[in-house]
Amino acid sequence: MGKVGIIGVGQSAFVRGYPGSIRELAFDGFKECMQDAGITTKDIDASIICSAPEYDKQRSAAGVFAEYLGLVPQPTFYIESLCSSSSTGLKVAYSLVKSGLHDVVAVIGFQKMSEISSAESQERMGRGADIQWESPFGTMMPAYYAMYARAHMAEYGTTPEDLARIRVKAATYGQINEKAVYRKGVTFEMFSDPESPMSNPVASPLRVGDCCANADGSSCVIVANEEKAKAFCKKPIWILGVGAASTAVNLPGRDLFTGLTVAQQAGEQAYKMAGVTAKDIDVAEVHDCFTIAEMMAYENLGFAKPGEGKDLIKSKETYKEGSIPVNVDGGLLSKGHPIGATGGSQIRTIVLQLRGEAGEMQVKDPEIGLVHNIGGVGLYGNVSILGR
Amino acid sequence: MAKKKKEVDDRFKKFGTVSFTSITKVNDFIDYLEKGKVMASKCKDCGLVFFPPRADCYQCLTSNMEWVEVSGTGKLVSYSKLEFAPIGFGDDLPYAIALLDYGDYKVFGRIADGIPEEEIAVGMDMKTVTNKLPNGQLNYVFQKA
Repeated sequence: MGKVGIIGVGQSAFVRGYPGSIRELAFDGFKECMQDAGITTKDIDASIICSAPEYDKQRSAAGVFAEYLGLVPQPTFYIESLCSSSSTGLKVAYSLVKSGLHDVVAVIGFQKMSEISSAESQERMGRGADIQWESPFGTMMPAYYAMYARAHMAEYGTTPEDLARIRVKAATYGQINEKAVYRKGVTFEMFSDPESPMSNPVASPLRVGDCCANADGSSCVIVANEEKAKAFCKKPIWILGVGAASTAVNLPGRDLFTGLTVAQQAGEQAYKMAGVTAKDIDVAEVHDCFTIAEMMAYENLGFAKPGEGKDLIKSKETYKEGSIPVNVDGGLLSKGHPIGATGGSQIRTIVLQLRGEAGEMQVKDPEIGLVHNIGGVGLYGNVSILGR
Repeated sequence: MAKKKKEVDDRFKKFGTVSFTSITKVNDFIDYLEKGKVMASKCKDCGLVFFPPRADCYQCLTSNMEWVEVSGTGKLVSYSKLEFAPIGFGDDLPYAIALLDYGDYKVFGRIADGIPEEEIAVGMDMKTVTNKLPNGQLNYVFQKA
């Protein structure tokens, strides 16, 4: 059986308060992707629509989008795995193509978060946790990740300053990414300056600066079999490995609180399938919904040993010029995190990097890239490995 | 003749500041809370103890459960003090969510109000006690052992 490739990527700008409806938002990412792929809607055999549906008033957006984007009468369906929806979409598209059922599949991710208030959004996000047993205590995503941060600090001596360094890096690249929602710089000093909003506590030990920016956005990735990929595309990027895992939704059902088991397991699967190790990864996109999430990703993916993630960021090895550049597009922290669109945007960044088309963010000549995309508080983990 | 209205057992709506569940097969958990007890469930077939309690055992594929009390002390695995709250929880601020490890099982909940943050440390021993909220709802909190 042949390889499976990515022949087009696109995303909308990630913004606060997108001035349009969800189908119009989806169009933005789809249009850029179609122009990138240079194909027509007739070349697409099926579409997969990815988002967290509780933000939408529209029920079953897949059919609505397919018609709006000119993808009828081809089959379309919906995929949800919280914040990792479009990475799950990529895995399903891979299997549809690999099985021979379809030749070309579009994976469209989107989220319009701004239709509801920030507090409502926190409540919806918090309901990605255990609503029967944990939400009644007033949980929210930052507080859950804060518990992982606290456990990591207690076990390894990681400090809030180590986490702040991750945000400073994200903002370095957010400033040069024209698609990012947060284009301003963030300095290390802001975290200790009571005048700076970055230093405001959210859920101890995490501060505003440790948390990603909510945004509206869409993304699109087009997956094709080897024959079509070579016919349509000069520089197809091949899907070398896909891994995915799940765990208990509630914290009592878990044993590890200094890392995410789903990331370890999805990573191991993807490395094995691709026949590579962490050392072979030239550029990575990891799910930095909070600074601690990126720190744990370093360790869960094998870029650093457990507890040594702090040394990796201190020595700037995850900057563009370092040994393992991570989130050199600003990450979720600065580029923004429109739930269903995030995975597709991460894939887009890696595809552009591998093609050598990442502009100012370009890492030197990468051959193999990795995407780490997490749903909920480490409830779902997806790792995809891509290569030229 | 008018049909007799079927009574709905929605006791679980009393759980926590805002409950998102009203009907569950483990509704007796609420009765125990009212009596000052926090309970886990134990599979009578394989002996596995579940917290949070569940009605069904995935290991045996049976629903042969008994209640066992969460007793003694657990070690604080981690916690976070919230400065912002989701809708419906604003009046509770600030509050801390936490996880205790009892060995055979773990319990997720809140740290009791009034414990200064400098007295809270990962690894410390704490106990789980029932708590009545100002709005009449019930939950449980962790106190220093």
